[in-house]
Amino acid sequence: MSTLTKPEAAGTPAGAGDAFLSVRDLRVRFRTEDGIVKAVNELNFDLEAGKTLGIVGESGSGKSVSNLAVMGLHNPRNTTIEGSIKLEGQELIGLPQRDLEKLRGNKMAMIFQDSLAALSPYYTIGRQIAEPFMKHTGANKKEGRERAIEMLAKVGIPQPDKRVDSYPHEFSGGMRQRAMIAMSLVCNPKLLIADEPTTALDVTVQAQIVDLLKDLQQEFGTSIIFITHDLGVIREIADDVLVMYAGRAVERGTMREILKTPQHPYGWGLLSSIPRINASVDIPLRPIPGSPPSLLNPPSGCAFNPRCEFREQVTGDKCRTERPALEEANGHLSACHLTPAQKQSILTEQILPRLSS
Amino acid sequence: MSAEQTVSGAAAKPVATGTPLLEVSGLTKHFPVMGGFPFKRQVGAVQAVDDVSFTVNAGESLGLVGESGCGKSTTGRLVTRLYEPTAGSIKYMGQDIAHASRKELAPIRSEIQMIFQDPYSSLNPRHTVGTIISGPMEINGINPPQGREARVKELLEIVGLNPEHYNRFPHEFSGGQRQRIGVARALALNPKLIVADEPVSALDVSIQAQVVNLLQELQKELGIAFVFIAHDLSIVRHFSQRVAVMYLGKVVEIADRDSLYEAPRHPYTHALLSAAPDADPDNLAGERIRLTGDVPSPLNPPSGCRFRTRCWKAQEKCATEEPPLVQLSGSADGHLTACHFPEFGDVQGNAKAPATEAATAPESEAKASVPEQRESAE
Amino acid sequence: MLRFLTRRALGAIVILFLLVLLTYLAVMSLPVDQAMLNCPKGCSPQQLAIVRHNMGLDKSNFEQVLDYVKGLFVGASHGADGFCNAPCLGYSQSRHQFVIDVIMDNYPATIMLALGGSVCFLVIGVTLGMVSAWKQGSLFDTIASSFSQLGQSTQIFFVAPLAMALFVTNLHWLDKPGYTPFTEDPISSITGMILPWLVLSIIFWSNYTRQVRSLMIEQLSEDHIRAARAKGMSNRYVWWRYALRGAMAPIVTIFGLDLGVVLSGAVITEVSFGIHGLGMLAVKSVTAQDTQLELGVLLFSAAAILVFNIVVDAAYGLLDPRVRIG
Repeated sequence: MSTLTKPEAAGTPAGAGDAFLSVRDLRVRFRTEDGIVKAVNELNFDLEAGKTLGIVGESGSGKSVSNLAVMGLHNPRNTTIEGSIKLEGQELIGLPQRDLEKLRGNKMAMIFQDSLAALSPYYTIGRQIAEPFMKHTGANKKEGRERAIEMLAKVGIPQPDKRVDSYPHEFSGGMRQRAMIAMSLVCNPKLLIADEPTTALDVTVQAQIVDLLKDLQQEFGTSIIFITHDLGVIREIADDVLVMYAGRAVERGTMREILKTPQHPYGWGLLSSIPRINASVDIPLRPIPGSPPSLLNPPSGCAFNPRCEFREQVTGDKCRTERPALEEANGHLSACHLTPAQKQSILTEQILPRLSS
Repeated sequence: MSAEQTVSGAAAKPVATGTPLLEVSGLTKHFPVMGGFPFKRQVGAVQAVDDVSFTVNAGESLGLVGESGCGKSTTGRLVTRLYEPTAGSIKYMGQDIAHASRKELAPIRSEIQMIFQDPYSSLNPRHTVGTIISGPMEINGINPPQGREARVKELLEIVGLNPEHYNRFPHEFSGGQRQRIGVARALALNPKLIVADEPVSALDVSIQAQVVNLLQELQKELGIAFVFIAHDLSIVRHFSQRVAVMYLGKVVEIADRDSLYEAPRHPYTHALLSAAPDADPDNLAGERIRLTGDVPSPLNPPSGCRFRTRCWKAQEKCATEEPPLVQLSGSADGHLTACHFPEFGDVQGNAKAPATEAATAPESEAKASVPEQRESAE
Repeated sequence: MLRFLTRRALGAIVILFLLVLLTYLAVMSLPVDQAMLNCPKGCSPQQLAIVRHNMGLDKSNFEQVLDYVKGLFVGASHGADGFCNAPCLGYSQSRHQFVIDVIMDNYPATIMLALGGSVCFLVIGVTLGMVSAWKQGSLFDTIASSFSQLGQSTQIFFVAPLAMALFVTNLHWLDKPGYTPFTEDPISSITGMILPWLVLSIIFWSNYTRQVRSLMIEQLSEDHIRAARAKGMSNRYVWWRYALRGAMAPIVTIFGLDLGVVLSGAVITEVSFGIHGLGMLAVKSVTAQDTQLELGVLLFSAAAILVFNIVVDAAYGLLDPRVRIG
């Protein structure tokens, strides 16, 4: 592992540390009955102020876990977090709970996938929105309520002065997600982590929520980390994209780079396996064979190697024995043993024709 | 047959290309709502499915798309007779099974099978894969010539699982593999029709394509007809030769896939298509139509056209008169739409912001109200 | 809410009515001749017939039930004993009093025992459960859960004499337990009940410990707990305002039902400590073969349980906004 730190360092953008949020060598481990789960390994990324970073990955890829680590929401009893997470230069790892509490909901906030489960059924929407506002600004109940109404109006909930007294179950899915966004933005946080906020929603509502987040970002200059498995949503909202697989970053670049010129077989596989709304229907989809690996016992070498169709093109047994570093190839970062030339030719000769058909 | 259809697109009425296997007409399901005082009685009804008609031909796949609460899953459960309809008929090979008794249904049950969304809860965790897949054979007293165990192993092979896993339990499999077990169970009785209710939406993206391809192979090789229920428009388009769009318990548009996706006439279909996220940053299909608000409650659906509360073209007529599901002038054969003020039927030309649409509404109304050759839906 | 209460009250009356019918018929089918029991020794057949007539036993079974039900609603006249006001539960032959009066004399002791006992088991049980959930997997957790199991597997008739021998006879920490009306002497009223309260609570609190522990652990794993922490709420705040709030509705449900049970008479505890409450009365009515008293106590207990069932359902509606009552 130590041999990898040098090339890995090459993957960190110049001027690191100036970024609004900078994550370095993040490792998250869970102790379970079956053994230690290496949920996140050697993760690096930066987020500029006012920008959106999309994190793509399947279940178990570590995309949610790494962001819960940023928020400091893991149970310290069975989790170890190592590395460095700096928010505007302030180190978050190892920060006492009391200090973290002051940041959470204030400087950084989070929205979750399942809005019904993420809001307490026992308190009104208004109270739940006002709570962090009252805690972080010292506002009284009346001010909190007024602020809640203001926020509900801002996220587009009709009759906010009435709906403020509703309970979560009285809202529809889309409205609840709006309420949760209102709750997260009530203190004008600088960082918003959105964990699959649109996954449980219908397409028309999903589009509304993405638009809302974009509008609010424009208005407040919030930086957003948007976690999703849907490449279509990534295209809508992300400036930069981080692709995760088995707890590691396998590709990182701008949205356009990742979606138009991906350099990793996993990215190719993802793009080829989703049907396009305007592609020919006679060509079968190209699924990625196999299933995501267990993090208890990940494959040696490149974690994607058992499912990779280009493994044979790499000389020797490198894919199975040596973990590829996240290095620049053809414009952005990818972690694959294929040479840049190989990647480029596979992309242009095999992958792109498949997608445009 | 299916290949023919995809090539020729809207060339012929689908009814003519295959023999109808399933004919649904006027299908309605209202779930009663109880309340009142001092004795509980029915005070209302959730109109989950209301007057839905469609046909599925042998070997064909009909896609049902729509947002949550549109009644697509209820329709699937009605077709498999997991629910009994409130009204309407479900004709399977000419026989009305809408109110058939258990006994009458028994021979048909084996021919209509269902695949469920959640591969975790739809398999009994205490049964081995062998028991799960052979269950339908046992219940229906079917003894394949090679014996049940051999048949199960054959089925496991068909769906791409290792036949040696016969004695394993569901928890030993991943989500995608479990869904394959569900498919194998559905295949056990050589069904003619499979109702697949969101079969891939619980799966990881990289796994979804595996299951879609599997189902597609089965459809082509075994000639099984599908009712494919999903909210993902791209997957439905990929899988189904014909697609019905549902909104609040009604079919608002039904057509061959090319006709529906390229020339949608119903504003809702148009909005759905334009809202579907696409991963290609260069695919700029014009401005998106943004629907406001949420789907209204099926307990008290809007009068007239149910979509009117969210429609940018809605006029007075929409509130008073329910639009019939008919073939509009300018639509391809078999392309039925339920709308008073339909779209032009051209995605490119229509790809404007709602505001512009609203501004040109009188014009579109004039166009739309040109006397149409209205044919009956049936 | 009013609708709900009315509907449930109507339902409860129907249930009570059926209960009257069934128990009355059951009691009457017993091979006990009430008239014989109330006739002086060596009474003549003529005297017996008069007693029988006075007691209304010469009427048909159906008429007797009808009289009883009528008494419940409008009261009944009992000859020389005067008029028994509604709800008239009959006349106790062993006490020579109206049943309702006998019950009212004995009920304060049961209320005292039940209220104090239930406060004990609620406080002890919930506290232990909360601490167990907080210190999940710790030594305290293990001890508390073993203690709970022990409590649930013991019997009051075993613990009560043991506790009396220890605290009253040997250590002299407490006086002999017994009921003194609170209005007469508050201090000895409470000291006399301490032991019965604690002993009664033993069989109840273990259930609360287990329930509270698992409910809290379940609540703490919910998404909305994580979301509340993501808002910057402190652990303590989340613990009290979110987790405990979620665990409250089921706990209140169990508590209401248990309260109904103890308020309908804790037979073994009352007998063990010699407290003259409803439970003791039930036992005495049986040994005295006083059918009217048996019937009255039974109905009264049943009514207590039904009332608390309704209270519990109403409370659930107030505690959980998702449950609509109407």
